[in-house]
Amino acid sequence: MITLQNDPVNVGGITLNNHLILAAGVLGTTGASIRRMLRGGAGGAVTKSIGPVPAAGHPGPCLIPLDGGLLNAMGLPNPSQEFASELAHLAEEPVIVSIFGGTPDEFQTVASWFADIAAGYELNLSCPHAEGYGAAIGSDPRMVRACTEEVAAFGLPTWVKLTPNVTDIAVIGEAAEAGGATALVAINTVRAMRISTKLRRPVLGNRFGGLSGPMIFPIALRCVYDLYEACSVPIIGCGGISSAADVIEMMMAGASAVQIGSAVYDDIGVFDQIASKLYSDHGCSAAEIVGCAHE
Amino acid sequence: MNDGMPRVVTIREMIRETPAVATIRFDHAFDSLPGQFCMVWVPGIDEVPMGFSGADQITVQEVGTATRALTSLTPGDNIGIRGPFGNGFSPVGRVLAVAGGVGVAPLLPLAKEGSVATFILGARTRDELIAADILADQTDLHIATDDGTAGYHGFVTGVLDSEIDIASFDTICVCGPELMMKSILDRLALRNMEQRGQFSLHRYMKCGVGVCGSCSLDPDGLRVCRDGPVFSGDQISSSEFGEYARDAGGQKQKI
Ligand SMILES: Cc1cc2nc3c(=O)[nH]c(=O)nc-3n(C[C@H](O)[C@H](O)[C@H](O)COP(=O)(O)OP(=O)(O)OC[C@H]3O[C@@H](n4cnc5c(N)ncnc54)[C@H](O)[C@@H]3O)c2cc1C
Ligand SMILES: Cc1cc2nc3c(=O)[nH]c(=O)nc-3n(C[C@H](O)[C@H](O)[C@H](O)COP(=O)(O)O)c2cc1C
Ligand code: FES
Repeated sequence: MITLQNDPVNVGGITLNNHLILAAGVLGTTGASIRRMLRGGAGGAVTKSIGPVPAAGHPGPCLIPLDGGLLNAMGLPNPSQEFASELAHLAEEPVIVSIFGGTPDEFQTVASWFADIAAGYELNLSCPHAEGYGAAIGSDPRMVRACTEEVAAFGLPTWVKLTPNVTDIAVIGEAAEAGGATALVAINTVRAMRISTKLRRPVLGNRFGGLSGPMIFPIALRCVYDLYEACSVPIIGCGGISSAADVIEMMMAGASAVQIGSAVYDDIGVFDQIASKLYSDHGCSAAEIVGCAHE
Repeated sequence: MNDGMPRVVTIREMIRETPAVATIRFDHAFDSLPGQFCMVWVPGIDEVPMGFSGADQITVQEVGTATRALTSLTPGDNIGIRGPFGNGFSPVGRVLAVAGGVGVAPLLPLAKEGSVATFILGARTRDELIAADILADQTDLHIATDDGTAGYHGFVTGVLDSEIDIASFDTICVCGPELMMKSILDRLALRNMEQRGQFSLHRYMKCGVGVCGSCSLDPDGLRVCRDGPVFSGDQISSSEFGEYARDAGGQKQKI
């Protein structure tokens, strides 16, 4: 298998300890939980998405493990501004604050609470199951550009996380880039549902939600490939990554780093696991691999 | 990852334990260890964590929307169950069990299988004692009620201080209100015996399988649903336990 050199990694303005980042919303609700993941080998971590007001999220069931993936409709539960205190002891670490809002102003407000403590921002313009938030605005290129501009104005690294639930993800990527995004993250979950046949009703409390995990890896890979053709800022691949081989494949599609979420379900030590296989002294430089499948 | 769709079970029996607590028996027995829990789906309402009080039953205290909806169901109604989840108790040697209120639920299977020598059962008043008859058959049962209507007049910790030699037990399994559990942990700490205590914790749970982070404890990020719900005293002695917990959105709430 192809391995990488364990060189310092800088992606979209943020210096990471390796190429493997904890994805938003997975074990990212508290500072202690994020620190546990960083100590467990994550090269950086994205927090749970934080919004303008505290929210409890959708009624349960909120998450159902499936063969090869997870189906969730958490509904963006979050403590809002109070979350800033969670990050106090992580100020020196590569912690990226994920934010959401319903308008460019709301993105601006939430970002302002973290301007002194975040290593950077990630805009959640892609959650598929929160009315008025996430993908609801993230499929409109003008809105994506406006929200990105508000947050990028803080002068911190600004990543924009995109939804695969659009006809052409490249158009949205270009809008984020025009708004000042320093990196694009692709993808968030794919709209999906399951029904209990015995009860004749959807299983998720919200009826539908988002699919993640190995099932969506080919979708995420295709999105990264498309974005690499259309955009010039770095791309961070996310969706279904659970092995070192997945990381290499995602990088060949054009990703400069990856995010990993659902794979912690099988093993909370997945970051160390993957890193131990991904890196070696005679590995290639990442520059040799990133986007090589396009030549 | 594997298929974790809720198993739909039919309610066979609804047993009133006390004015606010009912045991719900279903038509399927789960292969669970004492102390493991499940996520109970009340269709159209919510999904909430519950300890197994037996292979085919849960014991529910009415505290809010989902639990009230659960206890108003009747035989023939369907609910969904995900689980068993979590680690369960791992008792060794001579076992003392201490339960407050509905905290008796996850300790009941342990007593029924004959693993518990001595049991301290607490409740506010006589009418709220749960499963006292079964426990009296299986264990050396000590009862405490806050109002003195049965057994010792006061908290379970009063029984512990006046009637029990805690040092003579190798494992102390505890479930109940957090401040009650904390005062037992404090007593173990005084004797440097924290590691003998096994505490079944409650935290807000959304996924039940260790990915959402809603049940994470400070300062180590232990997940109550996956690393617990049972923790040894030394795992939690310098944690948020007894100080605060979090609500559905992750905001801290003082205990
Ligand atoms: C591992 C575990 C095992 C449990 N076992 C039992 C049991 O055997 N019997 C029993 O009666 N109760 C048990 N509980 C507590 C039970 O989950 C709550 O009483 C129930 O969720 C309340 O739901 P509600 O909608 O009726 O109340 P609400 O009105 O929603 O809330 C009332 C209280 O219950 C808590 N609560 C609500 N939803 C949840 C949730 N998803 N996770 C955790 N707490 C919640 C709230 O924080 C609040 O303090 C257990 C909890 C945990 C974490
Ligand atoms: C339980 C859960 C919660 C999530 N919460 C968020 C969130 O708050 N914000 C966000 O941008 N993405 C969220 N996601 C999406 C993930 O960050 C990630 O994009 C997606 O799960 C695909 O990656 P994976 O297959 O590695 O999990 C969540 C995913 C899961 C499974
Ligand atoms: S309930 Fe989701 S991590 Fe424990």
